[in-house]
Amino acid sequence: MAILEDISQAVQKGRSKEVVALVQQAIDEGMEAKDIIDAGLLKGMGELGVRFKNNEVYVPEVLMAAKALGRGTELIKGKLVEEGVKPVGKVVIATVRGDLHDIGKSLVRMMMEGSGLEVVDLGVDVPEDVIVAAVNEHKPQILALSSLLTTTMEQQSVVIEALKAAGLRDQVKVMVGGAPLTQDYSDKIGADAYAPDAYSAAEVAKAFVSE
Amino acid sequence: MISFSKLAYDNLDDFLYGKAPHPVVLKNGLSIGGGTLYPEINFTLPTMLIEEHTMPEVIKIYKEIITGICERARELYVPGFVAEIETLPPMTFHPEWGEEVTRTVVEIIREHAEKYGIKAAVRITPNDIREGRDLVHMWHGSHWDNILETFTRCAEAGAELLAIESVGGKEIHDKAVMTCDIEKSIFALGILGCRDMAKLWSEIVQISEKTGTVAAGDTACGFANTAMVLADKKYIPRVFAAVVRALSSVRSLVAVECGAKGPHKDCGYEGVYVKAISGIPIAMEGRCAACAHLSPVGNVAISVADLWSNESVQHIRLLGGMAPTVSFEQLVFDCRLMNEASSQGLDKARMLRDLNADSDSYLDPQAYVLRPDVVLKIAEGIIMEDTHYHRTKKAAELAIAAIRKAHDDGEIKALEDKELNYLDLLEETVADMPSDESKFIEHMLEECEGEFDPGKYDMD
Repeated sequence: MAILEDISQAVQKGRSKEVVALVQQAIDEGMEAKDIIDAGLLKGMGELGVRFKNNEVYVPEVLMAAKALGRGTELIKGKLVEEGVKPVGKVVIATVRGDLHDIGKSLVRMMMEGSGLEVVDLGVDVPEDVIVAAVNEHKPQILALSSLLTTTMEQQSVVIEALKAAGLRDQVKVMVGGAPLTQDYSDKIGADAYAPDAYSAAEVAKAFVSE
Repeated sequence: MISFSKLAYDNLDDFLYGKAPHPVVLKNGLSIGGGTLYPEINFTLPTMLIEEHTMPEVIKIYKEIITGICERARELYVPGFVAEIETLPPMTFHPEWGEEVTRTVVEIIREHAEKYGIKAAVRITPNDIREGRDLVHMWHGSHWDNILETFTRCAEAGAELLAIESVGGKEIHDKAVMTCDIEKSIFALGILGCRDMAKLWSEIVQISEKTGTVAAGDTACGFANTAMVLADKKYIPRVFAAVVRALSSVRSLVAVECGAKGPHKDCGYEGVYVKAISGIPIAMEGRCAACAHLSPVGNVAISVADLWSNESVQHIRLLGGMAPTVSFEQLVFDCRLMNEASSQGLDKARMLRDLNADSDSYLDPQAYVLRPDVVLKIAEGIIMEDTHYHRTKKAAELAIAAIRKAHDDGEIKALEDKELNYLDLLEETVADMPSDESKFIEHMLEECEGEFDPGKYDMD
């Protein structure tokens, strides 16, 4: 369908107003919300994601596209519920207690949102009890933890232990990231995945929710 | 506040490493910027939590680190050095912990000074904890009090140089960097950052006067280095990071306007502009900071440095010894070479300065804006302006123009079209910004609605 391709292209160009107009047109033409999402909005984000991975575009373009995607999705939300279409998945994300670094975590959040995931951002310096409470409340499929210091990375292990103590560990995949982290460390503390950068984090998260 | 309206240098020939118009002479006679380039070593803990029950282990590790460094200094005939302690967040939230670490490091340095005559000093850099959910205000409340208490306690414990990597405006700048929004960047650095620096550095200068220590300098690390790291990852264009570097200099200069004497802090590469304008000595980091992060400015960074730093290194074992000791040795040999060139005459020093600059500046616009000749030209334009806002805006205009000219003249490797598109966008945006500061602030408060709390900066 030409209009779905137009939606995809408008998303890639970050043109929010155009995306909204095209999505409205597609709705008016009687298209199913799921098709508009999958073959239009998310297809556009997916193609832009590949271009980002190939260093053809920068983060600001991805963010503008994510904003356009969000505007389009907002318009179609009610229709998705009517059709019984479930969200792609939900993530709770936080920088752990004692660590004030925000930007890496924010990039991961935006990349994940651009992949169609719903993300609950708890902020920085988040204690383990607050994270456990958020997992309990939001019931995400994924918990993403960030730390940028050698003296806070062990806090990720503390969070995992707190999840176990609360009986929630089996209900959520735990992803970890941050400059001093490694795959070995991730394995050692019992995380489910380590992501070296924001793009990989979104890819891993998508793979988890499609399992 | 001191107002700088003239450069500290009349010509490029005098703008050199190891030598500043206003050297800082410490209690033990160590003269920074007095003709010799000295190493400044920084270090951090291995993977561990900092809590009350781990503090004995923390202290033990700091003892090991500084002992290893002092012994290597003796082995390599190092005439003097600076050791920087950057407190980790828990050590600022608990000022007594930062004080204990400082006292430990100072005592070991003094023991070695007495035995072997090494002139060394400690720079204390409390982690700026004014972020996060509990912050009530930038200039009062427990976060503010803890920072100032950490400075005072650490100064009384023997740290002689007071520095900080302050974060005023960072919450807005993080967004500016991710979206390459130059207006937001100028608002964060030229308005919020400068206002915060003025408040903070007035306090730090007072503490230095009360404790007989030196208010040294700040760094726009959380702003310009964040941009540099994202550019290195190819998340944002390098031209944006280069422009942010230049405009961050106005914000970092505010420390000196408030009475800071130097040396400016190592990770603030904009220090070259601060030195050009104020004449204070500066610490810089480059190739020896590869242990901490990638940068495209490894050589050019040493061109006019007065302290040569490694940024930070974890206390882990390497074949040559523990990493801080090894890292220190690398700094020492760099300084030896640079000082030997100086001792053989100004021509040799200038040649080494220029080789370091030339070897980086063609390859990246971020290195180009740190060339001593480019710095002097841009800095001269900056100080022609009257206010921090006008200076920051001018710094952006001049950096954009310098990068474009360097691209057109083949002085830098040709920029890709996607970089040039951003350069056009930056130029157009800055040209459209109002010259009236109050109009700009009004506009930006609307633009940034919901992104920060103006009340924390008394702007509500």
